[in-house]
Amino acid sequence: MSNRPITEDDLHAYVDQLLEPERRAEVTAYLEAHPDVGRRVAGFSDQRALLRSALALIADEPLPAELNLSRIIEGRRRHLSSWWAAAAMLLIGIGGIGGWVARGSMPMSSNGLAALEQEAADSFKVYAPDRLRPVEVRASEGMQLEQWLSNRLKQPIKVPDLTTSGYRLMGGRLIATSHGPAAMFMYDDNRDDRLVVLARPMAVELDAPMKPQSRSDVAGFSWADGGMGYSLVGRPATESLRPIANEVRKQAQTI
Amino acid sequence: MKDMLPQVEPLIPALRRYARALMRNPTAADDLVQDCLERAVSRWYQRREGNTRAWLFTILHNLAVNQFRQSAVRGRHVTIDETNEEDFGQEALQEKKLMYWDVLNKLTRLPDDQRAVLLLVAVEDLSYAETAKVLNIPIGTVMSRLSRGRERLQQEIEGPSDDAGRNVVKLRSLK
Repeated sequence: MSNRPITEDDLHAYVDQLLEPERRAEVTAYLEAHPDVGRRVAGFSDQRALLRSALALIADEPLPAELNLSRIIEGRRRHLSSWWAAAAMLLIGIGGIGGWVARGSMPMSSNGLAALEQEAADSFKVYAPDRLRPVEVRASEGMQLEQWLSNRLKQPIKVPDLTTSGYRLMGGRLIATSHGPAAMFMYDDNRDDRLVVLARPMAVELDAPMKPQSRSDVAGFSWADGGMGYSLVGRPATESLRPIANEVRKQAQTI
Repeated sequence: MKDMLPQVEPLIPALRRYARALMRNPTAADDLVQDCLERAVSRWYQRREGNTRAWLFTILHNLAVNQFRQSAVRGRHVTIDETNEEDFGQEALQEKKLMYWDVLNKLTRLPDDQRAVLLLVAVEDLSYAETAKVLNIPIGTVMSRLSRGRERLQQEIEGPSDDAGRNVVKLRSLK
């Protein structure tokens, strides 16, 4: 017999028949020795039995049809499948509308020339307005720029010379694209108008004819020759950029 | 979903019994159980391993608490006094029926939190720990509500003039 005192919790556990046999025997002995507590606990036990009998009738009633679990499960299955059907219709609808809306404003291909011209436009918008450090390697460092970018692109690349078109090379930088590293060259003229040439190896559209930039906010031309893609972008009117693009292309073909 | 039916179906009468004793209104109680089962079906795969019984009672109890709050706002209160006596089983002997009717009536006079503990422990056979989980309260609170609920119901049963229950030496563990 343990010497643990009998607690109120023990008495309730006794009523609820939750005690281990050993402890139950201890409580029984205690109740015999304390008849006043024994009467109170007996009252609780009677109360428990009475409640159980009174409520047993409810549990014995036949279940109404609304509480038939198979029906509820089946109902949910139907509900879900109709929900999925509705969701699928909605997605198809959104896809259709999205495609229609996007047709004029976004490149339809995310890999070829369309991606390149997007990267060139983005680079122009980020770096051309930069007054402090528009380029990573300055033109004054000469051959170093060409060599570094050729190494990183794993393709020989020549810095286009645009002096005959009135643009000076400012320098260049390496650009991260989702298609790998790209070489960016930046030029300016006497009025501080800037141009950007972006070049990177192409995974698709290895050879693509020159076409004007389809984005409206930056002008330019893109093309691909022998696996290397080029994009020239700037603020001047598109047509005034065409001879410059032709010049870049001609020089690149001599590599 | 195949495993759900054999695990949940046998518990529906108990859920119904608990809801009826809590809600006091048979129609509202069955609505509550139906709500509970629908939720159980939709969350069957989200439940943690463990006691399906305690899990179902938790869902049911939370729905009941929401109902209490709403009816408190509306000020509507249907008690067993107002319900038809016939709701408590036709086959039982008249005398017993009256006795059952009487104790359930007295049960409704208990505060909601004490009644919930008393029903889960004494009628639904949940352990004290399971009851604590279902009601989201500490186990010590379960024990004190059980004690107060039993004491109070006993006073009701023995009649308000009878104060024998109050004279006994009360033993409380000092934890």
